[in-house]
Amino acid sequence: MLHYPAWKTALVLLICAAGVVFAAPNAFYSTVERANDARAAIEAGTAGPEAEAEAEAWPSFLPSSLVNLGLDLRGGAHLLVEVAVDDVHAERLDALWPEARRTLRELRDQVGPFRRVERDGEAELAIRLEDAEAADIAVDALRELAQPVGGGLLGAGGPDLEVDAEGRNISIRLTEGAIAAMDDRTMAQSLEIVRRRIDETGTREPTIQRQGADRILVQVPGIGSAEELLAIIGKTAKLTFHMVDSVTDAAGQAGPNQIKMPDAEDAGRFYLLERDALITGDRLTDAQPGFDSRTGQPVVNFRFDAAGARRFGEVTAANVGRPFAIVLDDEVITAPNIREAITGGSGQISGSFTVESASNLSILLRAGALPAEITVLEQRTVGPDLGADSIAAGEIAVVVAFGAVLVVMFASYGMFGLYANIALILNVALLLAILSLIGATLTLPGIAGIVLTIGMAVDANVLIFERIREELRAGKGPARAIETGYERAFTAIIDANVTTFIAAVLLFAIGSGPVKGFSVTLGVGIVTSVFSAIMVTRLMVAVWFARARPKTLTV
Amino acid sequence: MRLKLIPDDTKIDFMGFRRIAVAFSIVLIVASLAVTALQGLNFGIDFKGGIMIEARTEGPADVGAIRSAVSDLGLGDVAVQGFGAPQDVLIRIGVQEGDGNAQMQVVGQVEAALQEAIGGIETRRVEVVGPKVSGELVQQGALAVGLAVFFMLIYIWLRFEWQFALGAVIALVHDVVLTIGVFSVTSLEFNLSIIAALLTIVGYSLNDTVIVFDRIRENLRKFKQMSLAEVLNLSINETLSRTLMTSGTTLVALVALWALGGEVIRGFTLAMIWGIVVGTYSSIFIASVLVLRLGVKRDWSKPDKTGPAGTNFGGAQV
Repeated sequence: MLHYPAWKTALVLLICAAGVVFAAPNAFYSTVERANDARAAIEAGTAGPEAEAEAEAWPSFLPSSLVNLGLDLRGGAHLLVEVAVDDVHAERLDALWPEARRTLRELRDQVGPFRRVERDGEAELAIRLEDAEAADIAVDALRELAQPVGGGLLGAGGPDLEVDAEGRNISIRLTEGAIAAMDDRTMAQSLEIVRRRIDETGTREPTIQRQGADRILVQVPGIGSAEELLAIIGKTAKLTFHMVDSVTDAAGQAGPNQIKMPDAEDAGRFYLLERDALITGDRLTDAQPGFDSRTGQPVVNFRFDAAGARRFGEVTAANVGRPFAIVLDDEVITAPNIREAITGGSGQISGSFTVESASNLSILLRAGALPAEITVLEQRTVGPDLGADSIAAGEIAVVVAFGAVLVVMFASYGMFGLYANIALILNVALLLAILSLIGATLTLPGIAGIVLTIGMAVDANVLIFERIREELRAGKGPARAIETGYERAFTAIIDANVTTFIAAVLLFAIGSGPVKGFSVTLGVGIVTSVFSAIMVTRLMVAVWFARARPKTLTV
Repeated sequence: MRLKLIPDDTKIDFMGFRRIAVAFSIVLIVASLAVTALQGLNFGIDFKGGIMIEARTEGPADVGAIRSAVSDLGLGDVAVQGFGAPQDVLIRIGVQEGDGNAQMQVVGQVEAALQEAIGGIETRRVEVVGPKVSGELVQQGALAVGLAVFFMLIYIWLRFEWQFALGAVIALVHDVVLTIGVFSVTSLEFNLSIIAALLTIVGYSLNDTVIVFDRIRENLRKFKQMSLAEVLNLSINETLSRTLMTSGTTLVALVALWALGGEVIRGFTLAMIWGIVVGTYSSIFIASVLVLRLGVKRDWSKPDKTGPAGTNFGGAQV
């Protein structure tokens, strides 16, 4: 029992040594962080002149994984947004109308007259026939419009449309499969666009994750305000060009095939535009901020791809003298007259931009439009100062808590306490090493988790030592007492830690943000503390006992 | 010379105190429930939605001036309070009409108003939680605590007998209710991190209870003729030194964190400190008393109609 096989000794020592080595970079946090950044920059080929020196400040043969600091410690913005996936469904159904109209027109002699009925808040395209008798024919014809979900290579997804008739009312809805596939595509696109936009700003280490069905979590360290972040990712940036039919005010009514859009600057001014866009923003290949050569005002210069340029050339040639509107997210930014055909494929948007807003708009146009609108659900921003204060406070608290526990343990259990203390120090090293290796994020509650682990890690040792004391009081010899102490305490240690571990797992599964950070340190801390108590302390006790062979024992 | 929190071989008659302890706990639980029902909890924005801004002024903060600057914007419910250091303030604003983007605009307005009214004010932290998310966070929090208690019940039931499981879980509910009661009485902010604290308290309290139960199980086998009350007393006394020692070191660590860890996690550490005290008390008095009340099967050698309960790791070798 007190005999420790050599391989086990070696294994325990190896694990402890690995723990210390992999925890070590955290002790030189800023040096290692700069070295890592410099190395990444050198690899990417964007390194500045001082990068070499910074990279060499931390030798490359040493481990360089660090515990990630959470936004509450480092400062930064956290934004949870929701993508309006339903909008995309409505758009898809809207886009179906011309096709449906054509289909029914071809069958006019059978189905008779029909019209579209606007249904607010209903995810359907509703069509009313004059003649209820013809509904079956119309439904059959409209069902032909359905396409297999997921491109139909395998045809496994079923049709994307559901066509039903109730009397003379026909409704076309998206099937559940189609909605699921569409939402997935919308989310994938949104994530991609958000990522591109944030990358364009050159922020380092953003976290962009999909959460649940229709949410995106964006975490960007170092950004001082979430408004700044929202200005980049919150805009849909849907750019369209329309011919202007007339300028009106709030009372103006849009005719058929017209849409009414407000002026971005002038609150009372509205435009009646042709509903079908001449050209849309997805034809852009580039957008850059610049200055107007005559007025010196900030502008955005853009360039179309070949097909876009051709189309733009044709439309402008056909409409010289008429105004057209540049519409961004349902607002008219500018509505200039076409002076001559624009054939070069490039143009300029001038509105009342500032240098900053022109630059932001260029980023948005380059990265592309979001497929659906984004709204903020939750925002948390921590300034870098507060983060630094929190780290400092956390560090002091950890050191004081650590010191106090070490003193209490030594005072209570003497030499055995000292062994437990060494195990405790190794325990914290192991904890940091594991957190670094798995890339866990340390938050302020996470630091609390470490402090709690320090307090509770001694529990296993306390259990064992108290048990040894009892066995000694019961008159057992030293070897026997130590042996039984470990043996008897074992079930209690396992039971006690499994229950706390259950709490940690649940916190991880259900919690979000800082709570999750806490659960990770707590859970990992439980594992390392059990290891350090029953393996490390025991090894030390075993080695000491083999050497000293004491006749009596005081714990 | 060793530090000993309690003498060796204590023979305290814990079960003798059981009537007083149970009465005391029932009074506290009823009081907690009553206060929570009447006064409610001071929910943070995690749970009720809204805006929170932590700001720092150059000199000591003029809370009145800040309050009037923010109130003038007509944003409804506004609370301004000091936050730790004299130059730090916490501004809380209720949920605004409209979606999350509308809340963000309000943050901008408030920041601008503060800049104008109080020179050199600096925003250190902003949190905005929309109504949609806050509802979910409440659900998730309640779910987490409920599930944790449930799974622990299952675990204890597998490892011990059902009487122990029930005793342990009632002790847990006791701890959770009393902690919530303290938050209601003191009007401390109840937010997401308090849920984390509650779960940790649940884990910790159960940890304590399990240690005592483990010893009870052992002594039940060892002293087959001893009355259950005596076995419980003996087991609690035998583990008392460990119980106090572990609670002591954990409390030492937590007090350090409470005093030095900064204002942001003060509520969290306070909940933990209280929970450890209550959890230690409940595992000595409440859980064991319940086991005494429910009774346990003593003769492990005979098969029982209810089937075998309690797995045993036995004298495992490590």
